[in-house]
Amino acid sequence: MSHISPVLWQFLEKWLANSSLFPAEASTIAPYTDALYFFLILISLIGLVIVALLVGTFSVLYNKRRHPVAVQIEGSTLLEATWTIIPLGLFLIAFVWGALLYFRIYNPPPNAMNIYIVGKQWMWKAEHPGGQHEINALHIPIGRPIQLTLISQDVFHSFSIPAFRVKREAIPGRYTTVWFQATKVGSYHLFCTQYCGTAHSAMIGEIIVQTPEDYQAWLASSVSGASLAQNGERLFATLSCNACHNANPDSRGPSLANVYGSKLQLVTGGSVQVDDGYLRDAILNPSMHVTAGYAPIMPTYQGQISEEGIISLVEYIKTLDSNYRVQQTLNTTEIQNQKQAPATAPGTTVKP
Amino acid sequence: MSSAATPEQELTLPKRNFYNTEYGLLSWLLTGDHKRIAMLYLFSITFFFFVGGAMAGLIRLELLTPLPDLMASDTYNKVFTLHGIVMIFLFLVPSVPATLGNFLIPIMIGAKDLAFPKINLLSWYLYIAGASCFVISMVNGGVDTGWTFTTPLSTHYVNTNVLTTGIGVFIAGFSSVFTGLNFIVTIHRMRAPGMTWFRLPLFVWANYAASILMVLGTPVLAIAIVLVALERAFGIGVFDPTKGGDPLLFQHLFWFYSHPAVYIMILPGMGVISEVISTFSRKRVFGYAAVAFSSVAIAVFGFFVWAHHMYIMGLSNYSALVFSLLTMLVAVPSAIKIFNWSATLYKGSISFDTPMLYAFGFIGLFTIGGLTGVFLGSLGTDIHLTETYFIVAHFHFVMVGGMLMAFLAGIHFWWPKMTGRMYPEGLSKVAAVITFVGFIFTFFPQFILGYLGMPRRYHAYPPEFQVLNVLSTAGATVLGIGYLIPILYLAWSVKYGKVAGSNPWNATGLEWQIQSPPLTENFTEIPEVDHEAYDYEWLEHKNRQEVKSIG
Repeated sequence: MSHISPVLWQFLEKWLANSSLFPAEASTIAPYTDALYFFLILISLIGLVIVALLVGTFSVLYNKRRHPVAVQIEGSTLLEATWTIIPLGLFLIAFVWGALLYFRIYNPPPNAMNIYIVGKQWMWKAEHPGGQHEINALHIPIGRPIQLTLISQDVFHSFSIPAFRVKREAIPGRYTTVWFQATKVGSYHLFCTQYCGTAHSAMIGEIIVQTPEDYQAWLASSVSGASLAQNGERLFATLSCNACHNANPDSRGPSLANVYGSKLQLVTGGSVQVDDGYLRDAILNPSMHVTAGYAPIMPTYQGQISEEGIISLVEYIKTLDSNYRVQQTLNTTEIQNQKQAPATAPGTTVKP
Repeated sequence: MSSAATPEQELTLPKRNFYNTEYGLLSWLLTGDHKRIAMLYLFSITFFFFVGGAMAGLIRLELLTPLPDLMASDTYNKVFTLHGIVMIFLFLVPSVPATLGNFLIPIMIGAKDLAFPKINLLSWYLYIAGASCFVISMVNGGVDTGWTFTTPLSTHYVNTNVLTTGIGVFIAGFSSVFTGLNFIVTIHRMRAPGMTWFRLPLFVWANYAASILMVLGTPVLAIAIVLVALERAFGIGVFDPTKGGDPLLFQHLFWFYSHPAVYIMILPGMGVISEVISTFSRKRVFGYAAVAFSSVAIAVFGFFVWAHHMYIMGLSNYSALVFSLLTMLVAVPSAIKIFNWSATLYKGSISFDTPMLYAFGFIGLFTIGGLTGVFLGSLGTDIHLTETYFIVAHFHFVMVGGMLMAFLAGIHFWWPKMTGRMYPEGLSKVAAVITFVGFIFTFFPQFILGYLGMPRRYHAYPPEFQVLNVLSTAGATVLGIGYLIPILYLAWSVKYGKVAGSNPWNATGLEWQIQSPPLTENFTEIPEVDHEAYDYEWLEHKNRQEVKSIG
């Protein structure tokens, strides 16, 4: 064929080499999604072929020239039942299979490593627990379940990794999660798939899947000071959270040690499971859920902490298993306050 | 070529018809005649179809290359937003009901007009008012929220004409509420003697089901839009999480209308297909009751599946389960219809006139569109496929491949009735085939692109997606030609087309038993209906009687 036009040929060849027809399968979930996809393609093809055969055959057999007089037929309950029940059965298989897959994709295993993702117009910011952060990129190790906790700082975004067949909306004001386990080393597309304004199509990035060794090396080379929890601790002191949440006998707020994952009794009589979302609400909208035995006196921190700050605080509270350091920090602060100037009005925070 | 029983003498247009009872612009702008209003709608929606089509052309042209090189990102966002808004609110929603439905429903049930002629005219004025808002916002610099007006993007973050466009959607919504109301009342109260519910043509059933959706669903859209406007203008905080609002609430409200809206768009088209398939296979529709009730079932189930647009948005896993199950159920009535239409052909006497070609196109494309809906209704695959080009391809198969094919089938089928003249048969068949081929080339590659992960509403894309995008753009060019040809020959036929006579297709509906174009009052005397729909034996008998009385 190359004698047609070498230029055109080269052009076509280059094109075909650059084009793909099927995405890479790079996560443990991808083969499951593809299996269901092929099943759906199969039933679609069967359905389409049946309809095409019916229409095609009848068009030939009963066209006007061959079959000038139509035979009137009322209908057939048996046939109606057949073509109600068989598609319904197939659709129900698609439903059950799809539901199982959905639960697999959206229920992370307990040992998953958590990475926070903050979406904002128009970039993705990833916050690793060790304090490494990256923009429009995500480094992950192969063969280890990774959970992403997503939130948006402004509008709806959607975190999509086609090669992993996973996607999750990043929503303003609430955490969503998704998990995956990469199976192939390489670099894959990250897209924002929810229309989010001007530079929506530029809100793209790379998922870099590395061997555990390379990943460790990357982690070590990308440390930027403190871990998320350490940042959180600093913020905890700066915002004077410890003024109330210090487990002193006279403290005005509940102790936060081991609070993460526990079941909390509320003043309303109900109870709530403490998770990331709950902690976030408790910081930004404290009067929403008040712990039993405490007065609704906590002020809102709406507009005072960035999403990244909240994530650090949440990470810090997750690690709190005693109030020792909280009290230590508090003592230091108090001593400093007394030393510096008694003139400082009580209650004002000292900015470090 | 046509299947008409051609009489020997030269046909002439009737001396008196609804076009020539009155003249002048005012006689059109102040008319109460459902046929004139239908023609007003036909002109308006055709105009806006080409406006929306031009936008589509710009989108495909931009996507010819991976780089954002034809227009700026903001411009691209405005173009696809207006493409969506214009096509949905100004073309698809009113397309079949407001033109063909307006023209035909009163005649099909043996009435002289709709129940509320003035409200019918008001619908058209509301449509024009809504359209004017869109035009104003377009001229003022456009709007870039996407047709979905997603909050908080639309309320806090974009700086374009959201309010003007929102007012347009609000007003245009009432146009369809009034049309729906008019149809429901007319179908209930104004059927001719003997025209029982089960003697109604399936076109009437389909429009009836769509009318229920219009009347019940559209107000919810109006509420959602009002809340967006209040939030944008006064910051009331219903959808703003920093004020304790819930951004997902907007999505629930919006899709509570906008999912049923796709059935508002497709059901009347299904009605057209029933009429066309029956007429050109000379056979009653197989399983009349099943087809009629499947329309109603779609209308009822259609209200309970809205959250399948939100599977990945932090919906609880269990509510996603319920919505997925209901989505599977709503797919069944569509399958029933497809099989019934296919079975109608069995032992028929089929001729392949232009409307029938479009109807075949509909069956093929709608089957693909419907089945790919199952991919998206199934929870696990939806995660990968939603918000990609797969979804774009899916709804274009249903809306353009399905609805637009049905609309063109209907326009070609009833054109002789509406204008009294035939269009060139050969050319129209060529156009039908071009449309079909162009359509497949435009939208089929988008399924593959979607599975590859190409996100929708992207101004630029990674270079490896280019081949499929080039195919799609090439197809869109062919498709565009396919849509331009009918406009030309239909316009030509109004003056030069062969005179059609009252029943060129030899069809059974009441509309074919009166002159074309009809009289203003439709019937000189109200018919008494003593036969079921699609009763070809009755028609044959009647024709014989007529020949006898003339001879």
